[in-house]
Formats: sequence, C-alpha cells, structure tokens
Amino acid sequence: MSDTHAQTVRYVRDTMIDPSAPPVSETGVVKWMRENLFSGWLNTVLTLIALYVIYTVLAGVLPWLWNSVWNTGSLSECREALMVTIGGGSHDGACFAVISDRWTQLMFGFYPPELYWRPILAFILMFVALAPILFADKVPAKLMIFTAAYPFLATWLLWGGSFWLPLLVIGGFVVAVVAYRVVASIGGTFAVIAAVLAAVLWWFFAMPAINGGLHKLVASTRMEATLAEQQEVLVVTPDMIAAAEAAQAAQSDLIAELVATKDAFVATAEAARDAGQEPDDATIAGFEAVMEELYVEREIHQAYSREIFALQQQVSTANGLIASIEGLPTWEAELPAATAALKEMQDNLPSELKGLISPNQAPEGTSSADIAALQAALDAESSLAALKRNIDGAYERIGLVGLEPVTSREFGGFMLALIIGIAGIVISLPLGILLALGRQANLPIVKGFSVVFIEVIRGVPLIVWLFTASLLLNYFLPPGTNFDLVLRVVIMVTLFSAAYIAEVIRGGLAALPKGQYEAADALGLDYWKSMRLIILPQALKISIPGIVNTFIGLFKDTTLVGIIGLLDPLNLSNSIRASTDWNGVYYELFVFIGLLFFVSCYSMGRYSLWLEKKLQRGHR
Amino acid sequence: MKKSVFLGALTVAGLAAAGASAATLDDVKARGSLNCGVSSGLTGFSQPDANGVWQGFDVAVCRALAAAVLGDPTAVEFVPLTTQVRFTALASGEIDILARNTTWTFSRDTDLKLDFIGVNYYDGQGFMVPKELGVTSAKDLDGATVCIQTGTTTELNLADFFRTNNISYEPIPIETNAEAQQQYLAGACDVFTTDASGLASTRASFENPSDHVILPEIISKEPLGPAVRHGDNDWADIARWTLNALIAAEELGVTSANVAELGAAPTSNPEVNRLLGTEGELGAMIGLDADWAARAIAAGGNYGELFEKNIGVNTPIGLARGLNAQWTEGGLIYAPPFR
Amino acid sequence: MTISTDPPTQGFRLSQLIYDTRYRSYTIQVIAAILIVLGLSWLASNTVENLTALGKSFSLDFLGKRSGYDINQRLIEYDSNSTHGRAALVGILNTLLVAVLGCVTALILGVFFGVLRLSNNWIVSRLASVYVEGFRNVPLLLWIIAIFAVMTEATPSPRDFRGDDPAASMLLGDTVAVTNRGTYVPEPLFANGLGDVAVNPPGVFSDLYFEISLDLVVIVLTLIASFLVVKLVNGRAARIQNATGDRPNTFWTNLAIIVVPTGLLLWVLGFYLGYPELKGFNFQGGTHIRNSLLALWLSLSLYTGAFIAEIVRGGIQSVSKGQSEAAFALGLRANRTMSLIILPQAMRVIIPPLISQFLNLAKNSSLAIAIGYMDVRSTLGGITVNQTGRELEGILLVGIFYLLLSLIISTGMNWFNNRVKLKER
Repeated sequence: MSDTHAQTVRYVRDTMIDPSAPPVSETGVVKWMRENLFSGWLNTVLTLIALYVIYTVLAGVLPWLWNSVWNTGSLSECREALMVTIGGGSHDGACFAVISDRWTQLMFGFYPPELYWRPILAFILMFVALAPILFADKVPAKLMIFTAAYPFLATWLLWGGSFWLPLLVIGGFVVAVVAYRVVASIGGTFAVIAAVLAAVLWWFFAMPAINGGLHKLVASTRMEATLAEQQEVLVVTPDMIAAAEAAQAAQSDLIAELVATKDAFVATAEAARDAGQEPDDATIAGFEAVMEELYVEREIHQAYSREIFALQQQVSTANGLIASIEGLPTWEAELPAATAALKEMQDNLPSELKGLISPNQAPEGTSSADIAALQAALDAESSLAALKRNIDGAYERIGLVGLEPVTSREFGGFMLALIIGIAGIVISLPLGILLALGRQANLPIVKGFSVVFIEVIRGVPLIVWLFTASLLLNYFLPPGTNFDLVLRVVIMVTLFSAAYIAEVIRGGLAALPKGQYEAADALGLDYWKSMRLIILPQALKISIPGIVNTFIGLFKDTTLVGIIGLLDPLNLSNSIRASTDWNGVYYELFVFIGLLFFVSCYSMGRYSLWLEKKLQRGHR
Repeated sequence: MKKSVFLGALTVAGLAAAGASAATLDDVKARGSLNCGVSSGLTGFSQPDANGVWQGFDVAVCRALAAAVLGDPTAVEFVPLTTQVRFTALASGEIDILARNTTWTFSRDTDLKLDFIGVNYYDGQGFMVPKELGVTSAKDLDGATVCIQTGTTTELNLADFFRTNNISYEPIPIETNAEAQQQYLAGACDVFTTDASGLASTRASFENPSDHVILPEIISKEPLGPAVRHGDNDWADIARWTLNALIAAEELGVTSANVAELGAAPTSNPEVNRLLGTEGELGAMIGLDADWAARAIAAGGNYGELFEKNIGVNTPIGLARGLNAQWTEGGLIYAPPFR
Repeated sequence: MTISTDPPTQGFRLSQLIYDTRYRSYTIQVIAAILIVLGLSWLASNTVENLTALGKSFSLDFLGKRSGYDINQRLIEYDSNSTHGRAALVGILNTLLVAVLGCVTALILGVFFGVLRLSNNWIVSRLASVYVEGFRNVPLLLWIIAIFAVMTEATPSPRDFRGDDPAASMLLGDTVAVTNRGTYVPEPLFANGLGDVAVNPPGVFSDLYFEISLDLVVIVLTLIASFLVVKLVNGRAARIQNATGDRPNTFWTNLAIIVVPTGLLLWVLGFYLGYPELKGFNFQGGTHIRNSLLALWLSLSLYTGAFIAEIVRGGIQSVSKGQSEAAFALGLRANRTMSLIILPQAMRVIIPPLISQFLNLAKNSSLAIAIGYMDVRSTLGGITVNQTGRELEGILLVGIFYLLLSLIISTGMNWFNNRVKLKER
C-alpha cells in the first residue's frame, strides 16, 4: 500500500494544521439560530410567521400599556391626561387609574378595610396548613393538627363571631370520636352510626344551646357596662363625625382649587393641540405635577370618607346595642304571652288546616273565616319566631367575645373566588373519596348511585348548577329555610367538585398495583382498615396533582358566580363601571383580573407539574 | 314551621340566615337591618363607591325605608342582584324590598307575586344613534342592527315596536351595559336601546357625547318602582308610604335641611304636621312611631333632593325632571294625601 | 372411622346480616337504598309543599305560549310570535351548532399546537407554550368577552364600506365581507329551485315543524348515489386486481361519476351564488355568520385547544423513543412511522382525556349569554325563565338537555375509543 502511495501521492503534509476558529455559522448566536430557527424551509417559514405574530401583538398592545395613566380620579381625567401628554384619546393609552382607585375592592370586595388583616392572615395561615400536605418531607408531621384545625380557624377569621364558635364546631368531632370509641368498646358494629348521630345531635341541638347560653352569660355580666359605653359613643361620635366632615369639606375645597388649576392647564394644552402644535413643556410638566398632587389630596379625601363611614357604623352599632339592651326586658316579658297566644290559635284551627304553611294549601271549600284564622296563626307564628330571633340576636350582639362579625354580603373580589374555590375543594374531598370508593364497590345499589351522581353532576354545566343554587334550592329545602347565597353556592360548588374529585381519586385507586389490595386482604384487614391504612394514603398521594388541577379549574370557574349576582372580580368590574367616574372603562379591568388569575393559576399549575415529576421519580 | 334547628346550626356557624315570612317588619327589626335588593351596577341608580358604600337613586329609597323602620339609614344590607335572580330573591325572602329599576307590569304584579309599592322613576325605552347616520326618527331604522340588554322588558318592547311598524331589525342581545357601550362605540350596532335614563348616563360617559343623538321616540312606558313580596300588606304599606312621604315632602317643601326644625313643633300647615308626626297618629297606623317620615326624609332628603343629588342635571348623568317632576309642575310624581 | 366433611349446618340468624360478610353487603345496600329513596322523597315533598305554598304548580304549559322576543341567530324559522318551545328549540340547535364547530376546530388547533410545542424551532415552541399557558390559566368567561370585544374593535363596521373612498373593502373579489357584525359569505341559490317541503308534526310536537329544501335533498341523494356507484367501480377494480394483479386506473372514472351528475343537476336547478351587498345599515344577501357565533366558536376552540394541545403533547411523548427507532430500523419512512407506529400508540393515551375535553367544550358553550349568542341557556334558561317566572321547569329542562348531550357525546366517543384501542391479549 505504501508503495502505491509513494507513486500516486505527490505531497504528504507531515504537520497538523493549527485548529482554526469554527466558521461564524457554527458558533454562538448564529449557530443557535441556524439550529433552532432556520434549520429548514419549513422552520424558517414558521419562524417568520411567529415573528410577525409577535410583532403585531406587541405593536398593538405595547404603546397602549406604555402610555398608561395611573393617577387620575376618573375616566374623563384620564382622557384629559392622554390629550395633554400624547395628544391621543382613550384608545392610545390605558387608564389604569381605575385599578389604583379600586384595587382593594377587586381583592376584598366590600370587606371592611380596617379588618383586611383577617382575610390576609387566613390566607397566610393557609400555606402553613397546606405545608404538611404539599411538602410532606420537609415539615414536621405534628403540623397536621394545625391543618385539621385550619378550616375552622379560617371560617372564624373571615366571618368573625365569638371565639368559642369554632371550638364548639370542633367539639362535634370530639363527641363523634368519643361516641365511636364507647360504642366500639362495647363491641357494636354500629359505632360509625353512633358517631354520626352523636355529632349531628351535638351540632344541631347542644351547640346552639351552649352558644346561646354562653352569649347570655357574658351578656348578663356586661349589660350595664355596655349600655354606658355605647351611650358614651353616641355622645362623642357625632362631634367626631362633624369634625371629620368639616375636614373633608376643607379637603374638597382644596381639591376643587387643584381641579381648577388642572383645567387651566388642560385648556392651554387643548388650544395648542387644536392649533396643531405640541403644548409647551411647562404646561405638560405643570399638568403632571397637579395630577400628582390631586392624587395625594384625593387619597386624603377618601380617607376622611372612610373615617366618616366607620364612625357612622359605630353610631349605628351603638344604636342597635342600646335598642337591644333596652328592649330585652320587654321582649322577654312578651315571650310567654305570645307563645301561649300562638298555641291557642293553633289549637283552635280546624284539624285539616293544622300544620299548613300557607293559605294556598287549604283544601277546597274551606270557609273564609278558617282561612283568616290560619293566616292569623301563621302571622303570629312568624312574629313569635322574629321575637325569639330578636332576643337571641340581642344576646349575641351584647355577649360577643371575639371578632367583629362580617356578613358574607360584604365578601367579594378575589377573596370570594378563593373562598369558594378552596371551600369547594376542601369540603368535597371526603365526599369525593366516598364517591370514588362507592363507584369501585361491589355493591350494585351503592355503585349505581355513585355512578349516577357523578355522571349527572359532570354532565350539566356549572352555570346551571349555580342557577339551581340561587333559584331552585329554596324549592328543594324545607319551606321557610333560606340561607346565605354564598353558603348555597359553596354547597353547590362542593357537590360539583366532589364529582370531579371522585374521578381523580378513582384514577389514583386504579393506578395502584393490584398487589396492594391483595396484600391488605392477606393481612386480614377489613375493608375500611385496608382503605384507611393501605390504599387511600397511596392513592391520595398520587392524586394530588389531579386535585390541584381540579382546583385550578374550579378557581377559574368561580367567575361564573357573577351571573347569579355574587360580586366576583368580573361582576365587581361591572359595579365599578357603574360609578360615574369610571363609566366607559373597559379593557383595563379585564387586563388586571386576567393577570391575577394567570399568576395564581400558572403558579399552581407549575407546582402540580413539579409534584407529578417528583412522584414519578418516587415510584421508580 | 320554620326549621329553626337547621337555621340555628348555620347561624352558629357564623353565617347569616333568614326566612321568608309574612311578618317582614318583625324580621327586619329582629335582624336590625334591612335587606335591599339592588342592581349590581347601574349608573346613578345603584353603584358602590371606592369605599364600598352603595350610592344611587334606588339605594336612597332603601336608606329612607331603613331610617323609617329602624331609625338608621346605614342599617341596610345591599344585595346585588342580576335581572335573572331578582324576583326569586324577593320571593324566597332573601331580600325585604327590591329596588332594582324594575318595570311595573301586569304579569309581574300578579303572576310573579310581587307587590309594586309605587313608582320612583318614570322611564321609557329610547334609542341612541351616532349623529353621522343622519337618522332622526326610530321609524328610519329599517334593517338596523340594535344592541339591547337581555333579561328585561326592553327586548319585548323592541320586538313589539318593530313588528307594529312593520320594519325589520337585527337584535344583538348583550348581558351588561359596559359591553353594550363597547359594542355600540365600535360600530357593531347602529342603535343602542335601553331606558332613556340609561341612554343619558351612557352618552354622558362617552369621549365625544355630542357625536350621538337620542331619538325623540320613547317606545314604551317603564314605570320603575320598588317592589315587595306579595302577601304581606303591612310591610307593603310601610314601604309604599315611605316612598310617598319622600314625594309629599318635596311637594310640601320639607327638605333634609329643615326637617328637624319643622318636625320639632307643629307648624301652620296641618299636612306637614301629619307627615312629620307632630299631629295625628299616622305612624302608629302602620306600626311605626310618630316621626318615621321625618327620619326617612332626614336620611337623604326628599324626592327632589335625592333626584338632584344622584341623577339630576348637575350630576354627570344630567337627567332633567321631565315626567318625574311633581304634579304641580307638570310631572307625574304625585303622592296621595297624608291624612 | 368416618370423618364428616360436611360443615355444621346452621340456620340463618339475623346477626349474620351484620357480622357475616356474605350477608352484610345486602344489609348495607338495603340501608343505602332506603336512605336514597328517603332523601329523594324528602326533596320531592319539599318541592311540592313549596310550590303549593307559593300558589304555583309544576307545568310545562309555558312552552306553548307566545314568546314575544326575537332571536338573531337561528337555524330554523322563528319570530317573536313563535312559542317559547320553539325558542328553546332554536337555542338547542344553536348550542349544538357551536359545540360541533368548536369540537372540530379545537381538535385541529390542539393537534397543531401540541405538535408545535414539540418543535425544534425555539421561537415557535415558545409561542405555542405562551398560547397554551395563556389560555389554560385565565378564566374562559374572560377570554370570551375579550375575544368578542377585540374582534369588534379590529374589524371594520359596515359604515366603513360606504362612500367613494371606503375605509374598508370586501375580500376575494368583492364576495366576502368581514365586518364587526359578522362575516358575510356568498350563499348558494337556485334559479329553478324545487322549493321547500314543510314538515308539520302533529300534537305536542307541533313546535318541531321545519322546512327542508328539496334542492338540498336532491343534491344529497345524487351524491349518495354517485358514491355508491364509485364503490361498485372500486369493487370491480379490486376483483380485477385480485384476478390479474393489475389494478385498472379508476381515478378519472370515479371523478367523473361524482362530478358530472351533480354538476348537471346544479345546472338544471340553475345554481348561482348570492353575494352580499351593502344596503341600508347592513350588508344584505349572502350568508351572515354573526360575530357572536364567531367569537364564541373561536374562544371555545382556542380555550379547549390549549388543553388538547397538552394532551396531544403528553400522548406523543408517552410513546417511548425505542418505538420510532425500531420503526426506522425496519425501514419505515418518517410519515409511515408516525401514522403506523407512533399515532396508534399515542391515541390510546390521547382519546380518553379528549372525550372529557369535548364534553367540557359542549358544557362551556353555556357561557354564550355573555356575548349574546342565543344558545339554549340564554333562550330557555334565560329570557323564557325570566319572562314567565317558570324557573323550576326551565332550569330542569336545560339541565336534562345538557345531560343528554353529554351522554350522547361520551357514548359516541367511547364507542370510537373502543374501536381504536389497542387490542391486548
């Protein structure tokens, strides 16, 4: 071979060429772009299309965001600001001033501002409570106790009331456990039934009595003191209100002056713009300075309004308390007579009318005198009920030891979305587990019921269920029952998500190797023990990502509660637009709401993805 | 026959509970607050301000009623309602009074079991068009695209109007007023139709209000008034006469400024005396104390004051009194005599 | 010595109902059944009591009353003199329309973006991620409203088409007009059409009347006949192929069989296209695809498409790399690898979650009211309930409709799933 080389090759290089730098097209950005963006004609076309899409979107949105106005008091001022600074209208710049004016409302609804710490604390504590579940390996297991107590704590923080309420509710579970132990030690299989029965009895009979008793007890000790205190409030507060109103009026004058200055700048600028020139820098700078000042002064003005409103509320509360304290003796004196009178009226009714709840139910041919008697009895009955509520309410108001109660009408914004979403998921978990087990059970009736329940719930849109909650629940519940819309929505959302959670958990149960079930059986564990000790801990663990995804879906779906009148962020934006200041603002509110939803849902989604990967690793 | 056990448990859980009953007055007093159903947002009629305090013309009626019944205009729980759920909320006892710009119609008064207690605003459905279209009458709108808000009497009126005039149109039903504005301004519809008061407030919020005209035709009668549940006549009386007291106060010259003075001692005008309780027993006849009407008037002012403060010509909404002037000034606002 | 192997026989004792696992399940079931029946009857009796107390009765009579409102988007004849039942039917058809359209485009978008997310092209895969995450993490209601609003702002209004120097003009040779009230496309018309046939069902179904175009029927019948003939031709070709090994070229024959009769028929019927034209306030003529339909269709497809994209990506990634390597080793080309090896395996993972996405889309179409698309929730469950005060009946009917729709979709898709499922032995 070497011979042939010697004959055919004229030149053999015996040194190596120095390594030269790779060609430009094979290094750095260019190489990356060639490989990732322009690796073939298809890729090149796709890249160009993508670039064009990005350009059009950004060209449309960026100037609007860039020119945004943040510190005006109304949409018309936004338009003035845009006219002065860039010579455009409301299409050329966003009016995010509506956000800086109303963002607390979008977050908390009408929750009293001085009590914002309560939902915030509940929100922070939620992460502490979640830690043992979400980061089980990094947190002491004892924290689970806090997790178990958290729902009651959060409810108390959000709605307020006397401090013993959550304890009493937890008491129901304690009673249930005690009943279970006692009956089980006697050897009854009915331990579960006994436990449920004991808890129900506790919640429905013992708890209201204890609660009423405690309130009465506390109230009786402080009746005089409260009366004096509240009368003092009535004496002092009107002066404070007057002072605040005077300060507010002065502030209004100051604002009016500033507005006049601003209007002058606007007029100058408008004249310049009309003449086709840019307004001079002094005008623009002066306008901007005035706007800054106006913003600050308006904040102060608003603070006065808040103060006056809070003081008025105090007066209102004081009036209520005084009326309660002064009225209590009379009401309690009236009670026996009213009860006796009602009893007599009811006894005198003809037998076929007894127990009716409306004259409409009376059989054909009932004499009009009887109908009138029925109506009178019904009226007396509701008056008596009102009287009782009056007395109970009075004691509850006077004997309150704990947090100021907040009604759920005042809930709104993101807080409401979170409350509905979280309550829905948390309460639906036990229900979902039962449904999932029921669907897997060997009992045709139980299985059939679970399947029908799950499929019916999943087959009908949430919006129809929400309408059911707001329009139809009153038909399905005993006559006269009527409770808070938020609670009704939470119940409906719970049933709704229970069906979805059941399907997620069913997936988790199905994913467990059959050996686990068989091993549990081989150990001689009964059904509930094998579920509780072997199957569910594993199934639930692998279901967490699915549960988080269900929660994300549910959280987004809370925007639908606006359609039945609850003030979720989307419906609140309609209320905000109804004020004359912000009538006409459109996209800005959607951008803000969408961004908030995006941030929260995206981070939850990332978490669930991370968990999924971690669990996959754990399984190998 | 209230299931008080069930309620008790829920109340204990810190959640409000209430029941529908015939004795609304007792309920309201026991609760210490009035539950008032309002629109979740209608400019000038009901809207929350930056502090979450509800403002507006409909809201003021509730505040006056709360002042009359409970002596405290702030003792009102406002329940925002959509058009779809408003009647059910009243029927189920969730609210004590519905002050949500609701048109008084025959079927609502009878079939839907409401009791309208009067009219606080006489409205009518109108049309707004861009000036550049050159339309001067609603009859020129053949083939036009019309934006309407759904769930109200508006769409029924519109169908009737175009049918009787034998012209065609294309409806674009829209859920919220904000969306209707956006669609109209973008030119997705030629005409925007709703109550004339709504048109005025919408037009006022435009960047260039003068580019749009409100057509002269009013195609329907929309007597907007508060309603209460059918069947509790005592409560209906209280609500009705509180509204009438506000109206009569304007006619008699009683304002929030002079009501304290006029109510302190009998004046020379016997009707003012009866209204303010310094003469006669009118309050006792409806189960309230003597100065109920004085409190209602002091809460926010008489009818005229409320009108001027919330929707009058000096507000951004700028509605003239028109039909809503006192009968003495050629309007329809008329309170039966207080005697 | 005999040992008895018979177990001691004992009579049935009541305690076995609790302690014996063989009987305990009966006990539990009987208790469950009793509880369920009790619960249902409790709800029913409450409802009856409440209804009588309110002086109402459960009745569907309102469906036969005059509705009094107009609906812009309708597939069947309807006006304000029609009944509430007819309005409900219009709504049902609208729901079905948007659900079917949405499912098709959502699938296309989902597959498209799912594949793009796996693309090597950095910018394209990032863009696909932005799309997927953006739509998945923001409430659908917000998207529907936003897309509707943006569509109205971004397209010209019919007014802009007017004048000597219009701001906007029609597309594709003046045949298609894209406006912010919807898109107008040419409609097929027949100069010598055969007319319509009215179908009037009797009795309670009288609201179901509809008209069917004879032209359409004839055309469809002709097409079916043509395809039957094509099938015959193909069968004959297959026989020849089996017998001789040569397959005669049937492409041109088949094309002629399909095109010629239909074309002739169209010519006889005097087929022509009706173009939209600006008259008065709006375009007249042509078929009007309203913006509310377009926006709802688009947002439902984009939203569900984002979820489907993730499903498709997961499905493709779930097929192990060895599969495609093995296919290449067998000498299969890339597209054959995809269609014969990867996709059938990915399908097994993709289809079950796809079913629930289609179900979600159908249910989510109930948000149509937000932009004024008159689906069944807005007609029957919205305006009708509102005008008649029949919320119990109305909401119940709406619920039943959605339930049936879901059952039909899931049954159909499950049937399809069983067909494509890998048969394991």
